[in-house]
Amino acid sequence: MNPEQILFFVFGLLALVGAISVISFRHPIYSALALIVTFFAQAGLFVLLGAHFVAAAQVIVYAGAIMVLFLFVIMLLNLGRRDREGAPTGAKLKGIGIVLGILFAAEGIYIAVNARNGTAVASAQPAPEAVTTYGIGELLFSKYLLPFEVTSLILLAALIGVIVLVKREKPTDN
Amino acid sequence: MLELEYYLILSALLFTTGVIGVLVRRNAIIIFMCIELMLNAANLAFVAISRSLGQTEGQVFVFFVMTVAAAEVAIGLAIIVSVFKHRQTINVDEVNSLKG
Amino acid sequence: MSRELIVVLLISPLVGFLINGLFGKFLKGNEKLSGGIGTLAVLVSFICAIVAFAGVQGGAVLEGDAGVLYEWIAGEGFTFNIGFHVDALTTVMLLVITGVGFLIHVYSIGYMHGDAGYTRYFAYLNLFVFAMLVLVLGNNYLMMFVGWEGVGLCSYLLIGFWYERQSATDAGKKAFIVNRIGDFGFLLGMFTLFAAFGSLDFTAIFGAAEADTFQKVFGGSTLVIATLLLFVGAVGKSAQMPLYVWLPDAMEGPTPVSALIHAATMVTAGVYMIARSAVLYELAHTGQVVAWVGVLTAFFAATIALTQNDIKRILAYSTVSQLGYMFVGVGVGAYASGVFHLMTHAFFKGLMFLAAGSVMHAMANELDMRKMGGLKAKMPITHWTFLIGALAIAGFPFLSGFWSKDEILHSAWGSHPAIYVIGLITAFLTAFYMFRLIFVTFYGQSRVASAVASHVHESPPVMWVPLVILAIPSAIIGLLLGWGGHGSAFHHFTESVFKAAKEIGNGAHGEAAGSAVPFMIISAIVGLVGIGFAWMRYSKRTPAAQPGTALHKLVANKYYIDEVYNAVFVQPIKNVSHYLLWRVVDTGIIDGIVNGVAVAIRIIGGTLRRLQTGVVQAYIVSMVVGIVIFLAYYLFIS
Repeated sequence: MNPEQILFFVFGLLALVGAISVISFRHPIYSALALIVTFFAQAGLFVLLGAHFVAAAQVIVYAGAIMVLFLFVIMLLNLGRRDREGAPTGAKLKGIGIVLGILFAAEGIYIAVNARNGTAVASAQPAPEAVTTYGIGELLFSKYLLPFEVTSLILLAALIGVIVLVKREKPTDN
Repeated sequence: MLELEYYLILSALLFTTGVIGVLVRRNAIIIFMCIELMLNAANLAFVAISRSLGQTEGQVFVFFVMTVAAAEVAIGLAIIVSVFKHRQTINVDEVNSLKG
Repeated sequence: MSRELIVVLLISPLVGFLINGLFGKFLKGNEKLSGGIGTLAVLVSFICAIVAFAGVQGGAVLEGDAGVLYEWIAGEGFTFNIGFHVDALTTVMLLVITGVGFLIHVYSIGYMHGDAGYTRYFAYLNLFVFAMLVLVLGNNYLMMFVGWEGVGLCSYLLIGFWYERQSATDAGKKAFIVNRIGDFGFLLGMFTLFAAFGSLDFTAIFGAAEADTFQKVFGGSTLVIATLLLFVGAVGKSAQMPLYVWLPDAMEGPTPVSALIHAATMVTAGVYMIARSAVLYELAHTGQVVAWVGVLTAFFAATIALTQNDIKRILAYSTVSQLGYMFVGVGVGAYASGVFHLMTHAFFKGLMFLAAGSVMHAMANELDMRKMGGLKAKMPITHWTFLIGALAIAGFPFLSGFWSKDEILHSAWGSHPAIYVIGLITAFLTAFYMFRLIFVTFYGQSRVASAVASHVHESPPVMWVPLVILAIPSAIIGLLLGWGGHGSAFHHFTESVFKAAKEIGNGAHGEAAGSAVPFMIISAIVGLVGIGFAWMRYSKRTPAAQPGTALHKLVANKYYIDEVYNAVFVQPIKNVSHYLLWRVVDTGIIDGIVNGVAVAIRIIGGTLRRLQTGVVQAYIVSMVVGIVIFLAYYLFIS
């Protein structure tokens, strides 16, 4: 076991435990905190894969911005006890969910194990040059310039959408 | 360098966890978190394959996914807030006006 | 002769129809304008027809490719053209249609005065003239059929012109349905011809039929079937037995319509069709059938006419009877004679109908001649013109009917003496019932109701001038064109048309041998005797109000043919429609299916709507199940 493998198992386990905690905790605040653990663990995995830019973005965007938003909303709504703890999930739905989840996971693992079979992946054996942030930037502003600009439109649309959605309705004169 | 399969299996497990969460939880906010989990699992697969193939594109896509996820979270949470204002609940099984 | 001339001739009434039909609303209240447009349109056609007639005099005809205006329908191995066939026969028909048609339009200006549907009337009348022209001008059976249907439509529209009257709409429907039976035969005949020849062009069919090879390959049977089916069409359109029943009822329409459509032109379409197809009838030897149907119809209708008291109905049965004569003519191979009778009949029968209309006009629409009498003094012009018409149809020597009817009878003698004898008896009956009509209506004591009596007057000039004009050819055209029997001017003129048929038919019909003079003398005597009998019986007395003997009653009720048809055809069909088609098929099966589908959908929908729980997670569960199944399929099975 080289250090890289050890780190992979540590981060992987952390991510998995965090994820399971997200869906297990009754209180949304705890779920949100567990989610942060998962995000950080994934950032670590990204670093292991040499994707430093993605790792940084993961921390800033997810763990920073998105999680803050979640926590903010949870606290803003200040849910009543019943809502905060969530109505008890029906045993039936829980059973169905878990069975489906196992089937789904089995299929996912099957795909993962056979990922190289008969695909171009097999031949393109890693002589992996590290992907640099420079490379990403170059690609974003050349080949993917249009999608890049479009994402700014998406964000603008989201911005406007949010304002419209949560704006206080004008009291009608009557 | 670790085998690609390890990352993909981890990604599949994380994704499945998200799916189960969406299926069994009723709190709309937690369902949203599960969706974020699934997006992250996909990101992990992207980066792992990008690494395995030595290509930059995979990471560019992760960048786009993150942008979309941010927008989606903002909108989704706004919807939740607005639903809560009208119905005083965010339990998805109580929001069933579309019942046939 | 140019095609352009024929186009103008044909299009002019159509333009008249469009103006009156589309812009009639703006012409309302301006009878002079709409009547004038309608009349002018036909006058233009009439002038063109005269020019065309003059062109044909020189022997020039428009036929085959020369007459083609444009390609109408083209398909794999067949072509139908809009094309004209103009020869002596066509121009005779053109002159009759446009000439008589023009006079009747003029007459209508006065007759229809004050009618609410004035512009509509002229629109229909113009459309009729157009359709009739299409019928006679076409150079193929398809165009003929288009015209054939067109005149049928106009006939329906004009019979039911006063649609607020139940009897008129009923008569219109009756005419339409009975005609439809005949038209169906015509259609099948056309199909047969097309199947045999691959074309419907007159020249192509006649040429191929004449060729020996055709006779060898197909034998005569195809032609026998085709000609008999076409004859079924003629029987319907020309009101022969057993489909004549619509024509007497058609008198519900305005009287000028009866004169134009139901006496002079449309009903003669069948005769025209057979004369046009003479070659086929000769090859198939089906002329005998035509002649027998014709002569029996002539006799039968004449007996009914003896007992009727309604002026227009007498004229209607007389028309049926005279059409029978025409069919005898074309049936026994005397095509020129048949067409000649068609022409003279158009004049004198059109004349009598218009005169009858004039009487109606004076008598406040009274039609029962028992309530007339002594009208001679008050309506001299109507009387004299009517008398000329009656003398012509009765075969009074040297008037038009004398010549044309005698030619037919003469030819019939050569074909089969029995046809001649029946025809001769019919001629006697014709003279008798016509003069019964004359004597009861115009002579003797006036039986006019006192309220109407003061009102009786001669019609205005716009109505009596056409009467006088029509009286002239009724009187003299026979003398001019018919002198000399089979060597007459008319025969000479149409010789080229029927030459081919004559050559084929040589020997099939016994030669109309011998001098025509004895036949003429016999006919004249028979006619005069008929007039004499009528004078003896009716010049002083009125017809009995109620039929006396059983036979009289039978005939007066038209042999109960309408009742028989009603019992045999109409009622069973009605019953089947009511009890089977409506009660069982419609309400039971069809409604059952429709309602069943609705009920089934409601049940399915009621069940399936439970799937729409409104709970998002239920939807997600089904979505994930789908994903799992599809992934499993693609990963492990395919």
